[in-house]
Amino acid sequence: MSSLFEEIATPPSSDIPIRRVTITVNGEPRTADIEPRLLLADLLRQGLKLTGTHKGCDTTNCGACTVLFDGRPIKSCTMLAVQADGHSVKTVEGLASASELHPIQEGFKEKHGLQCGFCTPGMMLAATALLEKNLNPTEDEVRWALSGNLCRCTGYQNIVKAVLWAAEKMRAESN
Amino acid sequence: MSLDEIKIGGMGASRRRVEDNRFIRGKGNYVDDIVLPGMLHMEILRSPVAHARIKSIDTSKAWDMPGVRLVLTGEMMAARNLAWMPTLSYDTAAVLATDKVRFQGQEVCAVIADDPYIAKDACAAIVVDYEILPVIVNPVQAAAPDAVQIRDDKEGQVGNKVFDWEIGDKSRTDKAFDDADVVSKIELHYPRTHPSPIECCGSLADYDRATGKLTVYMTSQAPHIVRAAVALVAELPEQNIRIVSPDIGGGFGNKVPVYPGYVISILASILTEKPVKWIEDKTGNLISTGFGRDVYLKGELALRKDGKILGVRMNTVSDHGAFFADAQPSKFKIGLMHSAFACYDIPTAYMFSTGYYTNKAPGGVAYRCSFRVTEAMFFQERMVQAAADDLGMDQAEFRRINFVKDDDFPHRTPFGFLTDSGQYGKCLDIGLEAIGYKNFEAEKAEAAKRGRLLGIGISTMTEPLGAGNSREYDILGIKMFDSAELRVHMTGKAILRTGAKTQGQGHETTWAQIVAHELGIPAEDILVEEGDTDTAPFGMGTYASRSTPVAGAAVAMVARKIRAKARKIAAHLLEVSEEDIEWELGRFYVRSNKDRGVTIQECAMAAYSNMPDGMEPGLENNAYYDPPNLTWPFACYIAKVEIDPETGVWDVLQFVAVDDCGVRINPMIVEGQIMGGLTEAYAMANMQYQTYDEDGNCIGANYMDFLLPTAWETPGFELYEVVTPCPHHPIGAKGIGECATVGGPAAFVNAVMNALKEKGVRNVDMPLMPNRVYEALTTGKDVYGMPPVRNGE
Repeated sequence: MSSLFEEIATPPSSDIPIRRVTITVNGEPRTADIEPRLLLADLLRQGLKLTGTHKGCDTTNCGACTVLFDGRPIKSCTMLAVQADGHSVKTVEGLASASELHPIQEGFKEKHGLQCGFCTPGMMLAATALLEKNLNPTEDEVRWALSGNLCRCTGYQNIVKAVLWAAEKMRAESN
Repeated sequence: MSLDEIKIGGMGASRRRVEDNRFIRGKGNYVDDIVLPGMLHMEILRSPVAHARIKSIDTSKAWDMPGVRLVLTGEMMAARNLAWMPTLSYDTAAVLATDKVRFQGQEVCAVIADDPYIAKDACAAIVVDYEILPVIVNPVQAAAPDAVQIRDDKEGQVGNKVFDWEIGDKSRTDKAFDDADVVSKIELHYPRTHPSPIECCGSLADYDRATGKLTVYMTSQAPHIVRAAVALVAELPEQNIRIVSPDIGGGFGNKVPVYPGYVISILASILTEKPVKWIEDKTGNLISTGFGRDVYLKGELALRKDGKILGVRMNTVSDHGAFFADAQPSKFKIGLMHSAFACYDIPTAYMFSTGYYTNKAPGGVAYRCSFRVTEAMFFQERMVQAAADDLGMDQAEFRRINFVKDDDFPHRTPFGFLTDSGQYGKCLDIGLEAIGYKNFEAEKAEAAKRGRLLGIGISTMTEPLGAGNSREYDILGIKMFDSAELRVHMTGKAILRTGAKTQGQGHETTWAQIVAHELGIPAEDILVEEGDTDTAPFGMGTYASRSTPVAGAAVAMVARKIRAKARKIAAHLLEVSEEDIEWELGRFYVRSNKDRGVTIQECAMAAYSNMPDGMEPGLENNAYYDPPNLTWPFACYIAKVEIDPETGVWDVLQFVAVDDCGVRINPMIVEGQIMGGLTEAYAMANMQYQTYDEDGNCIGANYMDFLLPTAWETPGFELYEVVTPCPHHPIGAKGIGECATVGGPAAFVNAVMNALKEKGVRNVDMPLMPNRVYEALTTGKDVYGMPPVRNGE
């Protein structure tokens, strides 16, 4: 991957220090020269054109920007991109394989776990992190795992059903 | 022979949503996802104070920063006659402040730069000198004789009053109160809250000087109205204006108005000749864009001893913020507040309403409701419960006695609406049965023995959805019809466009189901597009639950026009006269021989290849639908709660929802709308509100102060259905997107009040936060969120 210099809108002025970072994004190493203050969410969205990561509140509350950071769900709107140097990040674009959807994606569609779709990528990634640790969660465990992600359209009932549906499918697949 | 309607994704199919295919892959296309070559970024500098005269603005440091292309001030807007813009309620609102700032968060300057980070830096470098003025944060202060005048810009404005408005029959209502055995009274404040979609507002304006074309991608629930507004305000030729609403991350009424940011980004694009993107942050959204509610009520019911309601008196005082920018039909100053008591058979009613300006954000949008219907139904159901308690009657029985009966339709409501259908008693019965109402008193007594405090609350209501017929409903003179355009291709596939705009409601899925129902074309063969004013027919957009009642009806009507033409083609293909043709789903056949037929797809091919002599080729049409009446869904919501006497925290033990929204196009989506609405109802009852301190600082300016429930605290909801088809809608459907938000809050509050009844508490204002409930519990006194405000006393 070449420098991200062209991909970022503006050449920063000379007095701003530039850092080179290499981040494994959805399994692929990406290198970029960035301002230290650049937020991870902005690097993903503007730099790497991975616009499935949404920005809702800029304050770590809504969870629309949730990505997996070394497998853990984090809010990318309040992490600096330089902090991700040498780490791996998974976004919604990395959930499906070339030929098939991740069970969590199928679950959200099957159980009508989304309406406007804005909180959905963050919800699915938070749920994926849970299911990677616990393939047989209770409803309470699902609700707790999603408690850092806000939804305004759907409420949570169908989202919880979607996660439980995915868990069941993943259990069946792992047997 | 006949098609299975469910299999082709027609009416009644819980068809999985088409739009999900992109959303679950992160491939939605929201306004901030759109990138145009050479695009610049805009940031708005907002006022930190609520009321102040602007003495000076120094933008020199911002101009000097590398990467800054343009810094706009109110003066520069004024030079182009754009410092002020019209609101949706015949008032004006500032675009960028010139003389004064009138609320915290008001737009003062805008910076356009190469990068959003630079634009933010430059905003921080602007110096504004404010001369602080006295601040008004509620109607009591606004009405005081010595109050500072907020709107000194308005010629002829006296004091801070926005309007006085009345409806109903005062003398007849006074008489009903004279004749009453009992008069039951209540006073409440429905607190200010915010629709707060997770996606904030934003726009990307792209003016092309070479062609004169202006394209604006924006978060608008009503793109066609925006095109008209831009044509009128900016005096650009309408054919050169293209408004595109891409995917929208939730609206709930917040994305109906035209905000300063949109207007400034358009001007900035014209001035810089580059695309200019403006993306609001959460605080900007919460403190400056359309809020909901903020109404004080004094309500009275005239009652006969046997429980019959003889009359209603309502008195509302509403806080509109700095500009009267309510998004509502022009004829009604306080929305459809007068839809209150529509489900009850009451001979007479009178309401007097007053609105005031304050130093708070403007808006007054219909937050997930049909123009202040939420306030109306909350007041109604709180009054009903208080009256039942005053009479010592069972709250369910009191409602049943006063319900409009199934065979009494059409029915004139006390304020003059005409309701047309419903089975109110049946819905109530189902709800009572599901929650175990009969055993509740025993359950409550048993729990009390172990120190537990239980309550049950009912909310029943019918609300007017789907504005509206053109006799009564317009916004700034434009009648509130809607539209659909259907084009059937030669292979029998089709594209449908409407004047509505989905923001999560699933139009791409359900509109295709209506076409499938009318034509027998499988839903998966129909592409639905909305939101691009260059391609979609003119419509009034999606809010106030009007999509299915109005645009959905237009979809059915245009499909019927297509079928009428296809019938002529079928007669030609079958070589019989049109009168000898019969229709079944997806197919015409000869009456005398059912085996001889042609499918709708064969007719479509013939429309392009083998049309009858003299027939215009092609198979497409459009329909503009002006509904004869509103639709009147009914809902019965019942909550059972438990209060922890040690902390005032209350939990929902069970919640039952019985909804009658007529014929359900897609039951899965209908249930999704109800559950989402109930979650927002729970939010308002429990935690979600905005208040202001005495200096006009908005408390609730971010998600740490403005609380939204998460998956952890949101209770589960049990859903039930009753189907009473709407008699005038082409497919018998009624609105549903907002019933739960409208009717839900009173169920929660009534349940908590029911638990507190024995303590002598009559009212606790929303949100029912633990401290308020605890105070009521321990003092036995009512708790008001704001001091009670009275009108005309």
